[in-house]
Amino acid sequence: MKILVPLKRVADPDNANKIKISPNKIDSSGLEPKPNPFDEYAVETALRLTENAATPKQRLGEVIVVTFGPKDTEQTLRAALATGADRAYRVDATDDQLDGDLVARGLKGLVDKEQPDLVLLGKQEVEGDANQVGQLLAEYLGWPQATFAGSIKSEGDKALVVGREVDGGSMVVKVTLPAVVTVDLRIVSPHAVQSMHTKAEHAYQDGVRFAALMAIMAAKKKPLVELKLSDLTSDTSLKIQYTSFEPPAGRKAGVKLKSVAELVQKLRTEAKVIS
Amino acid sequence: MSRILVVAELADGHIRKSTLSAITFAKQVGGPFSVLVLGPGAKTAASEVAAFGAQSVLASDDSAFEHPLAECYGPTVAAVANTGFDVIVVTASSFGKDLAPRVAAKLGAGYAPDISAVKVDGASLSFKRPMYAGNAYGWCKITTPVQVVSVRQSEFAAGEPSGGSSPIENVAAAPLSAAAPRVEFMRLEAAKSERPDLGEARVVVSGGRALKEKFAEVLEPLATLLSAAIGASRAACDAGYAPPELQVGQTGRVVAPQLYVAIGISGAIQHLAGMKGSKVIVAINKDPDAPIFQVADYGLVADLFTAVPELVTELKKS
Repeated sequence: MKILVPLKRVADPDNANKIKISPNKIDSSGLEPKPNPFDEYAVETALRLTENAATPKQRLGEVIVVTFGPKDTEQTLRAALATGADRAYRVDATDDQLDGDLVARGLKGLVDKEQPDLVLLGKQEVEGDANQVGQLLAEYLGWPQATFAGSIKSEGDKALVVGREVDGGSMVVKVTLPAVVTVDLRIVSPHAVQSMHTKAEHAYQDGVRFAALMAIMAAKKKPLVELKLSDLTSDTSLKIQYTSFEPPAGRKAGVKLKSVAELVQKLRTEAKVIS
Repeated sequence: MSRILVVAELADGHIRKSTLSAITFAKQVGGPFSVLVLGPGAKTAASEVAAFGAQSVLASDDSAFEHPLAECYGPTVAAVANTGFDVIVVTASSFGKDLAPRVAAKLGAGYAPDISAVKVDGASLSFKRPMYAGNAYGWCKITTPVQVVSVRQSEFAAGEPSGGSSPIENVAAAPLSAAAPRVEFMRLEAAKSERPDLGEARVVVSGGRALKEKFAEVLEPLATLLSAAIGASRAACDAGYAPPELQVGQTGRVVAPQLYVAIGISGAIQHLAGMKGSKVIVAINKDPDAPIFQVADYGLVADLFTAVPELVTELKKS
């Protein structure tokens, strides 16, 4: 199976409350750059689908990673290559030249060129929190989509049975490849991904794998091709324009109470939210 | 003036309450709107939204809509949109988030996801959206003539019926897309619960990893007493103490109940993103430095295994 995994570099999501907001921009330059967590999970998922867990150094398929970003986002790509991805593309662009729709159109151009069986990506990017690129891309390609995947089982690499995390529970669908799958948090739990190569009872370590030092060195030699946006799509216009930014309304810390009885009394007589 | 198409969501043959948030959006924008109801039972469910002032309620229970799959719904939503609608709106539930971008791509329209407010300036609409796990808001405009929007349920109060009776019209299902035959619905795995839906509950009782295997044992008596929905932190879901659909946060459900009780939840940024809009927040945690106390109106530094049963006992006294 040939899998394309789009990645995005983001500002450290665990310190998102430290971004600086002015009316015309959000400045996250003080925060450490990290891969979008959901995209890291997508890489891990792609690796699990293309290996026998007993011999994880041998790829039984191909994993291609791509990012849209400036030169220094190549670090994010090299990190993915170090964990096992085979090759990479960087589409040269800055965030203000992009919106989700343009990224999806660019990805369509790359899919047309690479013809993967599967595009696997995070369900959302944790800066814009939009949750859109996978769905947009699926429509542009005319492919089926399985969004918010919490589990994936490969059926002979021809179809995937996907457990989608929806509001009411888990919706299980079968998509015939080629398809677009967006992944949710639980996809990196020990039994969430079952490939056709790995024994069904195999338990992966929870979370994503780390790269060995040797692999980090080797990743520097893996192919990384730079493209221009215009190589992938003739229309580079934006459909969304941000006009201003603002901080959230502040919420003050309240009071610490001494007892359960006092809490109940406050809820009844002060907040009046219980009777 | 914009003509707005509200895409309804059905569950068990009834209009989901989340749909009423999208109707509220339509009323805020002003101008005529129609409601599109697709799915099993749509023709009878259509009457449930006939008293909200819509110009028309459009319905189809064609077999194409047996299951809520974007590949099957998208072409018909887009075809109806093409009959003269400028703004297409759906509530940002998992159904709406799955469907709206596909509709936007099909229409060549821009998409503003998960908006928390709309500003109308003549013919121009601006949308406010939470970003960075709710640590910033951006105002944006869509540059295409047709605009697709999903609205955050917790930020658009469910509309009340305004009377009248909108005409109910049948719509034809659009031809199947090439993608539709390549996705097959197999089953929905959902725990049956008598509790209110997380997104709609007046009170939410939420638990963290500290509850361990006693998650249900500790929370259920309190939730029952308060007629509350039960929520959970990511850590509690990841550890398997609570099912994933209970997760409240940036990437789970976003809730804004009258009362949110956070029990054994430390208050990671991602969790706060999903509940900061609650009217009153109570936190019970034994760590006095837990970040949850920075947003809580009432905090109790206590061992939850004794405090929660005590709370139940105290609430029963009246």
